[in-house]
Amino acid sequence: MSDTQTETEEFSLSSETLAKIDEVITHYPEKRSATLPLLHLVQEEKGYISRPAMEWIADKLGLTPINVYELVTFYPMFREKPVGRRHVRVCRTLSCALVGSHKTCKVLQDKLGCELDGVSEDGEFSIEYAECLAGCGTGPVLMVDDDFYENIDEAKAAELAERLKTEKKD
Amino acid sequence: MATTPQEKRIILKNIDQDGYTRDIDCYLANGGYEVLKQTVTKNPADLCKEIETSGLRGRGGAGFPCGMKWKFLDRKSGKPIYLICNADESEPGTFKDRQIIHKDPHQLIEGMMCSTFAIQAACAYIYIRGEFPEGAKILEEAIEEARKKNFVGKNICGTKYSCEIYVHRGAGAYICGEETGLIESLEGKRAYPRIKPPFFPAVLGLYQCPTAVNNVETLCNVKHVFDMGGEEYAKIGKPGNTGTRILCVSGHVKKPGYYEFEVGSLTLGQLIYDVCGGLPDGRKLKAVIPGGSSAKVLRADERYTGKTKGGEEFDWSLEDIPLDFDSLMAAGSMAGSGGVIVMDDTTDMVEALGNINAFYAHESCGQCTPCREGSLWMKKITTRMLEGQPRLEDVDLLKSVADQIAGRTICAFGEACAWPTQSFVLKFRDEFIAKAEKQINENAPSSQPAIAGKE
Repeated sequence: MSDTQTETEEFSLSSETLAKIDEVITHYPEKRSATLPLLHLVQEEKGYISRPAMEWIADKLGLTPINVYELVTFYPMFREKPVGRRHVRVCRTLSCALVGSHKTCKVLQDKLGCELDGVSEDGEFSIEYAECLAGCGTGPVLMVDDDFYENIDEAKAAELAERLKTEKKD
Repeated sequence: MATTPQEKRIILKNIDQDGYTRDIDCYLANGGYEVLKQTVTKNPADLCKEIETSGLRGRGGAGFPCGMKWKFLDRKSGKPIYLICNADESEPGTFKDRQIIHKDPHQLIEGMMCSTFAIQAACAYIYIRGEFPEGAKILEEAIEEARKKNFVGKNICGTKYSCEIYVHRGAGAYICGEETGLIESLEGKRAYPRIKPPFFPAVLGLYQCPTAVNNVETLCNVKHVFDMGGEEYAKIGKPGNTGTRILCVSGHVKKPGYYEFEVGSLTLGQLIYDVCGGLPDGRKLKAVIPGGSSAKVLRADERYTGKTKGGEEFDWSLEDIPLDFDSLMAAGSMAGSGGVIVMDDTTDMVEALGNINAFYAHESCGQCTPCREGSLWMKKITTRMLEGQPRLEDVDLLKSVADQIAGRTICAFGEACAWPTQSFVLKFRDEFIAKAEKQINENAPSSQPAIAGKE
C-alpha cells in the first residue's frame, strides 16, 4: 500500500466525525479495540473504506495498515468500493427464504434497475443479499441503509421500490 | 384434550403492551431499577449464589449454567473483571434479542448492572451485531438516560461501586456470536475463536482478563432472579430447565412470532398448532428445526424414543416433544437459541439444506481447515445437486464431508455447520437420492432453485 502514501495526506474527515472518533477511543483500555468503531464512522461519512482511510485509521490507533485491512476483508459490512446512494440488503437465509425473499429481491432488482451485487446506472441504488438479519418472524425482511423493513412480499417490494425512486427526485 | 398453553411473560412482560415506551420514565413508572437499588446493598458473593440456586441456563444457544460461568471467574488474579453482553443475535431463526433491545432496553441495562455488581466487574460492553444500527442507537440513548439517573457510571445508586457500559458494534460476521471470537473482535481483531484451554474467558478473556460473556435474555433474567430470589425462580419451569424461555417461531406457520413460556410447559405440537395457529391451509408439517439453524432437523412422521436424562423411557411423535433443553437433546436435537423454524410439505429439503449450507460457507471464519474447506464443499455439493449436475454418490459424499468437520475445530462452528447436513441427509436420505437420480436421468437442471439463494 506504499504507493498510496501521498493520498494519506489528502484523506480528511469532518470535524464531527473526528470528535466522535476521539470520544470512542476513550471507551477502551487498548486503542486497537477502536478499529471497528472507527471503520464504521469512516464508512458512514465516506460510504466505503479506501486504502488511505485504512492508513489513516492505522496511524490514528498506532497500528500498521494491515491490522486494519485484515478487518475490512474479514467483516462483510465493510466495503472497499462505493455502493449506491441507497443500499438495499435483502435477507437470504432460511426463514425468509421459506416465505419468498428471493422473489422480493428479484422485484427490487427489476424495479430499481440493478443486478445483485451491482449498482444501478445512475448510481442511486445497489442491492445485495445479507445473511440472517434476525427478523425471521416477519420475513421477508430487508434493510435500506440503516432502516429495517418487515413482511416485504412482492407487492410491497414494488411499492417500496416506487417510494425509493420518488425520494430520489426530492 | 390439551388447552392452549398460556404464555408466562417475565422478560416480555411490558413489551408490546399499550402505552409502554422504551424511555426511562416509562421504565421507572413500571418499577424499573428498583431491583438494582436493592441489589447494590447486598453482598456480591451471595448474589452469585442466588444465580447458582436459580439454575439459570444461558439463553444464547449452549444452555450453559450462568451461575457456573460466574463461579469460574478468576477473582484471585487481581486483574479487572469484564462483563460482555452478547447481543450479536445472528443464529438463523432467532429474533428475540432484537425485541428486548428495541422495546425494553432498560431491562437489559438493569440486568447488566445487577450482573456487573454481582461479579464486581470494572467495565461492561454490549457487543451488538452490525446489522442493528438502530438498536445500537437505542441502547446508547438508554445508557445515557440511566447514567443521568446514576444507574450506570460512577458511584451507582450512591454506593462506592462504579461501572460503565459501552456499546460496541460488530460488522456482519456470525462468528462473533461465539464468545471467544467476540472477544477477539472486541479487541479489534478478526473474530478468530480462541482455543480452550487455555483461553477460557472466565480466566483469560478480554485483554487476557477474567470475563463473563452472557446473552441478552440471560442478563435480563438475572434481574428477575435477584428480584424473586434464586429459590423462587427455580420453581418456574422444570428442574434443570428453570425459568422462562422466549421461543421465536418462523417459517410455515400462520402466526409466526416470539412467545415466552415456562421452560418445558408446552410441546412442539402445542407451539405450532395452538400458539402459532398451525400451518398454512392445506399444508402438512414436514420438518422442524427447533433451536436455530444449526440444530439438527426433526422429521414429522417419525417416532422419537429413548430414555431421558432422568432415566424415564419416552416414545414421542414430533408434536409430543416438550420444549426444554434436556428433552430436545434426548430427541436428538437441541433447544439452542430458541429459534424454531417450521417447514411444511411444499419444502424441498435439498433446497433447504442448500440454503443453510450457503450460510455456513459464508460465515466460517476460515481459521480451521476442516470447517473452512468442509463448509464450502457442503455448499458446493448441495448447489450442484440443485443446479442439475449431481452425482449419485453426492449424498454419501455430503455426509462424509460433514462427518470430518465436527470435533476437529477450535470452536463449535464445526458442529454447527456439520449438524444440518448430517441430520438432513440422515432424515431425508430418500429425498436426496431421488433428487440426484431424477436430475441425472432427466439430464436437465431443475428450475431456478426456489430458496437456495445465490451461489
